[in-house]
Amino acid sequence: MPRAKDLLLQAVVLGLVAWGLLSLLAEARSRMAAQGIPFSFAFLSQEAGFSLSEGLTYAPGEGLRPFFPSDTYLQALLAGFLNTLKVALLGIFLATFLGLLVAAGRLSANPLARALAAGYVEVIRNTPLLLQLFVWYFAVLLKLPSWENALSWGGVLLSQRGLVLPQVGLGGGVLGLALGLFAGFFLRKRPLWALGALFLGVFLGWVLWGPPLVFAPPQKEAFGPRGGLLLSPEFAALLFGLVVYTAAFIAEVFRGAILAVPRGQWEAAYALGLEGRDAFRLIVLPQAVRIAVPPLANQYLNLAKNTSLGVAVGYPDLFSVYGTVANQSGRSLEAILLVMAVYLTLSLGISAAVNTYNRRVALRWRL
Amino acid sequence: MKLGKLTLGIAIGLLAALGPAWAQQSRLDVVKNRGRLVCGVNAVLPGFGFLDQKTGKYTGFDVEFCRAVAAALFGDPDKVDYVPLDARVRFQAVQNGEVDVAFRNTTVTANRDGALGVDFLPVTFYDGQGVMVKKGRANSLRELQDATFCTTQGTTNEKNITDYIRAQRWRNAKVLTFEDGAKVMNAFLQGRCDAFTADKSQLVGYRATAPRPEELVILKETISKEPLAGFVRENDSRWRDALSWIVYATIQAEEYGITQKNLDQFLKSEVPEIRRFLGLEGTLGQDLGLPRDFVVRVIRAVGNYGEIYDRFFGAKSPFYIPRTGTLNALQRFGGLMYSPPFR
Repeated sequence: MPRAKDLLLQAVVLGLVAWGLLSLLAEARSRMAAQGIPFSFAFLSQEAGFSLSEGLTYAPGEGLRPFFPSDTYLQALLAGFLNTLKVALLGIFLATFLGLLVAAGRLSANPLARALAAGYVEVIRNTPLLLQLFVWYFAVLLKLPSWENALSWGGVLLSQRGLVLPQVGLGGGVLGLALGLFAGFFLRKRPLWALGALFLGVFLGWVLWGPPLVFAPPQKEAFGPRGGLLLSPEFAALLFGLVVYTAAFIAEVFRGAILAVPRGQWEAAYALGLEGRDAFRLIVLPQAVRIAVPPLANQYLNLAKNTSLGVAVGYPDLFSVYGTVANQSGRSLEAILLVMAVYLTLSLGISAAVNTYNRRVALRWRL
Repeated sequence: MKLGKLTLGIAIGLLAALGPAWAQQSRLDVVKNRGRLVCGVNAVLPGFGFLDQKTGKYTGFDVEFCRAVAAALFGDPDKVDYVPLDARVRFQAVQNGEVDVAFRNTTVTANRDGALGVDFLPVTFYDGQGVMVKKGRANSLRELQDATFCTTQGTTNEKNITDYIRAQRWRNAKVLTFEDGAKVMNAFLQGRCDAFTADKSQLVGYRATAPRPEELVILKETISKEPLAGFVRENDSRWRDALSWIVYATIQAEEYGITQKNLDQFLKSEVPEIRRFLGLEGTLGQDLGLPRDFVVRVIRAVGNYGEIYDRFFGAKSPFYIPRTGTLNALQRFGGLMYSPPFR
């Protein structure tokens, strides 16, 4: 029975590896204890005492709200995680979009578009991301006008302190808007009627209860905006940097996927009488997506993990907050274990999402 | 099956690595056997620790203490391998033994001493946190209650400014942090923040490197005390003793008036305490695990405390920080610099 012997050997090896890792961990713990650093996660509930330039955290009873120095280390790490998540999700969305555009450029019949797209991919792909982040932050975004000379259009302020948007709130007339939308939904088969219903709802609501949406433009004060929605240059630098960088790789993934669809598929589509656009949309694209999804998942994971470079441009992402927590609390081993677990969960989450999609588009072989 | 064997190999390798207990010996012996000192310093703080791009050498006040230790141990101040440390990794680097000692403008605090697994050496510089702004932006700290403050991540400065803002109940003030001082300075000069807050000596150093230093003002207020000292891994008394007395030697030399220039005359001295200090009599050096004449080697290499100070912060240096009347003056001139006796 060679099979049982194999299994036994595997089990023994697995046990030895697990034992080795555990004793390494035990060794680390005892050495730390000898140096007067006990291994414990209790510090997470202590007051952090430092501030974060941006980020929301969860507080029991208050829900999501900005992070305060009187919050705990755990809440600080949570704020860092939410900042990471914000950049990662928005980045994945925008990078996919930009990547598609660039791939279209590379496959375009227009030689200028082709050259531009190829130049973009080569330059971006072959320079380090960290360098690009510095360029975005120090050489582009911080070169915007100073706060005193901030550009301003209708309540929007742009300066090196970031982009300040008016805060949009719901006014009394939002009820009218809701009714209009509701009526419009039922009349969706007749677009003109639907539009009419929508306008009527908004108009009635406005007359009866006031405007549906209220814009609160930010007040410009000597040292910064009061009110308004702030997009910080640190966030923007990290987002632009990641999107532009990852899009170059995504473009190549899409290009490769489209080229990988056999030429015969195009010809078959034309033979069926489909025009160029429809041939692409109905025949080639569905097959290309099937090929593109697995390598695309890799790019999404890279983007999510590269958010940890945020510290280079002053953005308080999870890794940056970890640095501060480790330094201020002295619990670097515990904190890094926690942070690694979080990144692992984030990556596995993204993988799972892409895999689910992959299963939906993958070919099902029937015998 | 192939994979199984590979895993087995790895497991055995792992066990072999674990097997022999790491022998516990003092870092002092490790360094002596190695013949070179591995010293953690700052690479981006002019005046304290700075990697000169032209010469490729580290220079600065903190760097001199690394050189003093190498001189004491090996008679050659250049037998040092420098490791640049940023504020966030400095304690780990010492805990892990990646560096033997760090002289890196680090504030002694109870929390660090207690929770971080390091022990501090004698204080080499008494500093305090200040705030730098562009000229005309503010004349006192009070005017900055809505300002954005930039500082270095993982420092006491970061906590101090947060504490200060909380104590003053400033609701709109913001703190923005970067990895190292050079990036903070860059963001500050470009206008991302209204104020740069750090130890005053650092602000002096950074101001001197600005394109137009005269346009930057360091406000008068001091918001914290920042005694700076080197540090080593916890629970290694022999190593810590040796280093502490090397630092004290520079201060004691200044108290006696022994300088690089007049050292040879002092070596002819007949005063017993001077002879003991310089290792001409007694066994102070040996008792500390150091060469008999370690004090002579230190003074010959880097001079006394006052000479080190003047080289980097004296009136002729670009980072002039007056010493008279401050805590950094000798104790007999009203400062806090004082060496326990060498006897």
